[in-house]
Amino acid sequence: MANDSTLSRTTRYAFVYPVLIGFALFFLVPLLVVVLNSFRTFQEISQTSVLGWPRAWHWHNWSEAWGGYCFAGVCSGIHPYMWNSLLIAVPATILSTLLGAINGYQLALWRFRGDSVAFAIITFGVFLPAQMKLVPWAISLRALHLSNTLSGLVLIHVIGGLSFTTLFCRNYYVNIPQDLIKAARVDGAGWFVTFWRIVLPLSAPILIVTVIWQFTNIWNEFLFGITFSEGANRPVTAALMALDANIAQAREYGVESAAVLLAAFPTLLVYVLGGRYFVRGLTAGSVK
Amino acid sequence: MPGDSIVTNPSTAVRTSDPTNSEAVRRRDHFLLRAKVVDTIARIIGLVTLTAAIGYVVGFTLWTTWISFTDSTLLPDYEFVGFKHYRRLFHTHLWQVSYENLLIYGVCFMVLAGSIGMLLAVLIDQKVRAENLLRTIYLYPMALSFVVTGTVWSWILNPSIGVQNFVRGLGWIHFRFDWLVDRHMAIYTVVIAAVWQASGFAMALLLAGLRSLDQDLYKAAQIDGASPAKMYLRIAIPAIWPIVLAVLVILLQFSIKTYELVQALTAGGPGIATTLPTAVVYDYMFQRGLMGQGSATAVLLLFSLLIILGPYAIYGRIRDRRMSRNG
Repeated sequence: MANDSTLSRTTRYAFVYPVLIGFALFFLVPLLVVVLNSFRTFQEISQTSVLGWPRAWHWHNWSEAWGGYCFAGVCSGIHPYMWNSLLIAVPATILSTLLGAINGYQLALWRFRGDSVAFAIITFGVFLPAQMKLVPWAISLRALHLSNTLSGLVLIHVIGGLSFTTLFCRNYYVNIPQDLIKAARVDGAGWFVTFWRIVLPLSAPILIVTVIWQFTNIWNEFLFGITFSEGANRPVTAALMALDANIAQAREYGVESAAVLLAAFPTLLVYVLGGRYFVRGLTAGSVK
Repeated sequence: MPGDSIVTNPSTAVRTSDPTNSEAVRRRDHFLLRAKVVDTIARIIGLVTLTAAIGYVVGFTLWTTWISFTDSTLLPDYEFVGFKHYRRLFHTHLWQVSYENLLIYGVCFMVLAGSIGMLLAVLIDQKVRAENLLRTIYLYPMALSFVVTGTVWSWILNPSIGVQNFVRGLGWIHFRFDWLVDRHMAIYTVVIAAVWQASGFAMALLLAGLRSLDQDLYKAAQIDGASPAKMYLRIAIPAIWPIVLAVLVILLQFSIKTYELVQALTAGGPGIATTLPTAVVYDYMFQRGLMGQGSATAVLLLFSLLIILGPYAIYGRIRDRRMSRNG
């Protein structure tokens, strides 16, 4: 909407901007709190509160969080767990995206009997709560000897991500004209060549969305991480929670703040770099 | 029959007549064969992937449902025991409380995140300055892990280290803000953190809806002299009603699935004041090692999701059909 004439200057400056800026502060304050605390010392925070400006800027918390602080008895900081998350998220993102593209291609452009039922089931999978998958995964991982391995978590995220990636790609591919596929078929292009040479090169926009979506979700995932890994194999979210639950020792809010920021950094970076696509990913499927 | 052989088997025919060309033909045949092999392998991969995507959803749902009808503890046991675990759940205090918590949290969260999202979407739609910056700020929490959100809010809301202590430090020494440790108010701290995380998302969806509207719709209203507020309430919001409904459904299913946010914020406490059904599932399955009982809890969780998604899916079907009939 928004014609220039719709609002008077007074409403604009007395209401619109104050409300927008007020909410911007509400969303920014927690981030500001963590950033500031990551530079404050233990004494400083415990004497006052987590809300405060650093008396001096200390980098000590950051080096502690990265390589010194103890999680559940192991004093290696957060970096090995970030490495774990990366080793899980990168292959799982690539595989689930590629397989989702293949599935979307089959459902949208290589129609077969029952494809709409198949699509309905896959859509249902998007909504299926993770709690419904815990027991089957526990049994399957045990049978495959993948309990407490990074490969096990990769498998979970590849298979579990298929619903989302298939949905994204299918909804994108239905807009590719069928004639294009028919023409390729007349020219003798088979199933694979059509996919590889025609559909995939057209897919860049949706693949970016899918990759951002998958990476963010897998990096941030917690439940499977905490259930199916322990000790040195934990992903970063599970390690953070272990740090959080360390009630026995005095809470090191400064170090925790730095750890939280380190853990959040990759997805925030992805969001800042690909924000436009991130929004498109969030809105995909619900607003057309 | 030389003519026949050319038609049915060109490669041999050509090979006998022209040895230099035969190499090219053999290469072509080889290429075609390879293309066929690649195509077959790719199709098998495609079939396996599709089967995996479908089988995973159907198989895991049925599997957990089956386990919920058995006495499985740490290991699966496939002997049927009927509705035993379900009957027990209906008489379990923890389970009842978890749903009361979910009801309070879910409704408050949906209403607040939905209305804040709508307010921000409408205000951003007024051709404001720095729109991109504001949108980025509103939406960035969605890129964060719930563990991060929960942890940070647990500090801010913690009376001894957060807002309460800060305000007391400013001089108001009797200031009280201790919802986090108050068993009647703790559930609202979960609402605050969840609203913080998801309002921007609601804003993004609703703004996309508002932007998709036809400008002529407003011009007519403007000529009629409707005020801006009236234009949104009477025209714009009813026009994007399907999107509003979609946002509410997404927020509601988000609240039903909430788990790690609570674990990081309150760990379900004080007592069980903020324990949600998702945590009850985990508690049964992995803390107490009662796989059957935990599965029954998970199935009921899915069921509560279906109560909302089912009617919504039917509504969507009817709407699609009506739209296609009206062209």
